[in-house]
Amino acid sequence: MNQQDLPAPNRRANGARTLGEPIVVIDRVQKSFHGNHVLKDVSLTVHKGEVVVICGRSGSGKSTLLRCIDQLETIDGGTIHAAGHLMGFREKNGKLVPLRDAQIARQQRDLGMVFQSFNLFPHVSVIDNITMAPVRILKRDKTEARNEARALLQRVGLPDKENAYPRQLSGGQQQRVAIARALAMKPKVMLFDEPTSALDPEMISEVLDVMIDLSEQGMTMIVVTHEMGFARAAADRVVLMHDGRIVEEAPPEEFFQNPRSEHTRLFLSKILSH
Amino acid sequence: MNWSWPFFFDYLTNGLMLRGAWTTIWLSVISMILGLGLGIVAAMMKMYGNTVIRYIAEFYIWLFRGTPILIQLVIIYTGLPQLGIRLNVIESAILGLALNEGAYLAEIIRAGIMSVDKGQEDASRAVGMTWRERMYLVILPQATRTIIPPLGNQFNGMLKTTSLASVISMEELMRNAQMLAQIEFRVLEAYSVAAIWYLILVSIWSVIQVRIEAHYEKPFGPAAAVSPEAKKELEKAIDKAGQA
Repeated sequence: MNQQDLPAPNRRANGARTLGEPIVVIDRVQKSFHGNHVLKDVSLTVHKGEVVVICGRSGSGKSTLLRCIDQLETIDGGTIHAAGHLMGFREKNGKLVPLRDAQIARQQRDLGMVFQSFNLFPHVSVIDNITMAPVRILKRDKTEARNEARALLQRVGLPDKENAYPRQLSGGQQQRVAIARALAMKPKVMLFDEPTSALDPEMISEVLDVMIDLSEQGMTMIVVTHEMGFARAAADRVVLMHDGRIVEEAPPEEFFQNPRSEHTRLFLSKILSH
Repeated sequence: MNWSWPFFFDYLTNGLMLRGAWTTIWLSVISMILGLGLGIVAAMMKMYGNTVIRYIAEFYIWLFRGTPILIQLVIIYTGLPQLGIRLNVIESAILGLALNEGAYLAEIIRAGIMSVDKGQEDASRAVGMTWRERMYLVILPQATRTIIPPLGNQFNGMLKTTSLASVISMEELMRNAQMLAQIEFRVLEAYSVAAIWYLILVSIWSVIQVRIEAHYEKPFGPAAAVSPEAKKELEKAIDKAGQA
């Protein structure tokens, strides 16, 4: 695939690996829903090839942050730079002007997103789910796109499902198709919003395996998840959000063994006691 | 008793009635297609327009659902010429039926669009679709599934509503039955034959409707075709969404 020319990162072997330039820069972002302040001055920088896991209790703002990066929500303050774009705005005489729908859509093509509820397109087959955006939006050659889609299905371990409809697949299979659908747009960053939370326990690992594989091939990933096993295995950094703020940001070994924030200790004691 | 079987059978295949039935068919189809276009536009205006556009759509829907189609047809054909707008019978019939149908379909289409899962909007935006692409590729095709059954019923109604165009002398089934009745004053035979023709048209449509519905239902399959594990996932997801 397009990642092959990149050297495989030496993840978790000799501590932190060398990082690329910043690819996602979140700067003092504010977001409210009907007077409910969900993101309070959140700043976070993610580098090329890095895997950042965001965790926190429900309502801490972690999913909202991810949705703001991908412009599924509009931010109220601050800026988000991702994959070379100033997301949702353009600068004009030092002021930020909101972009129109079509311009935002163009930015979103450089980011891939995977949802908790999969959100596959139920009215078309698996392969059409994957090729719809490349063929209909990017106007790529159909045969070529289908061949690439088959390669992606191979990569997520579903080579024989191209003609199935989403309803015929299990949750774990649907989520792997959703990952393939996002990858088909050749995104520079992949965002995962609790990708395994709606899955039966026995299906979680098949999705996590695909994600770990992706991280090993150098994909930049921001993952909102409660899967601490994944954080240990694949994350370069783990971030804890609490009440709309980032309260801890550390490499996994430090995060799990020597957390600085009281919130992290509380969070870990709750999540690890299950 | 004064019922004549020979007249009845003669009328059944009378050229006037056959032409009338054919007119009813194409008048219904054209009015429905135009009405569908109007309905989609009105639904979009109402759902996604700014305040002014929304009010225009709501006014249109309110006006055409709030007045009898009979009055609409008469005003278009015999009233508008007073304002210098002259439409012939066919134009008037099509315009009246389409405008009326569009107002009803707008609400059906709106309900269909709203029935599409919110996650579909997220997913289509996340792959970088513009509003137009989201509508055309993702939202409307799925709304179609919800819209098709009531749409079929609307067309069933349309086949019969076209009979009202007889008052502006549109030569469809009803009008031609009237003309036939006046020749020999075989009123009961003529209108019975017209009624039978409506029944035939509606019945044929029912068969077609079942096939169209089955076609749009295919990706979603019968409930039994959902694998047990997928169903379990679905129920879980619904529970989760309920808690969130």
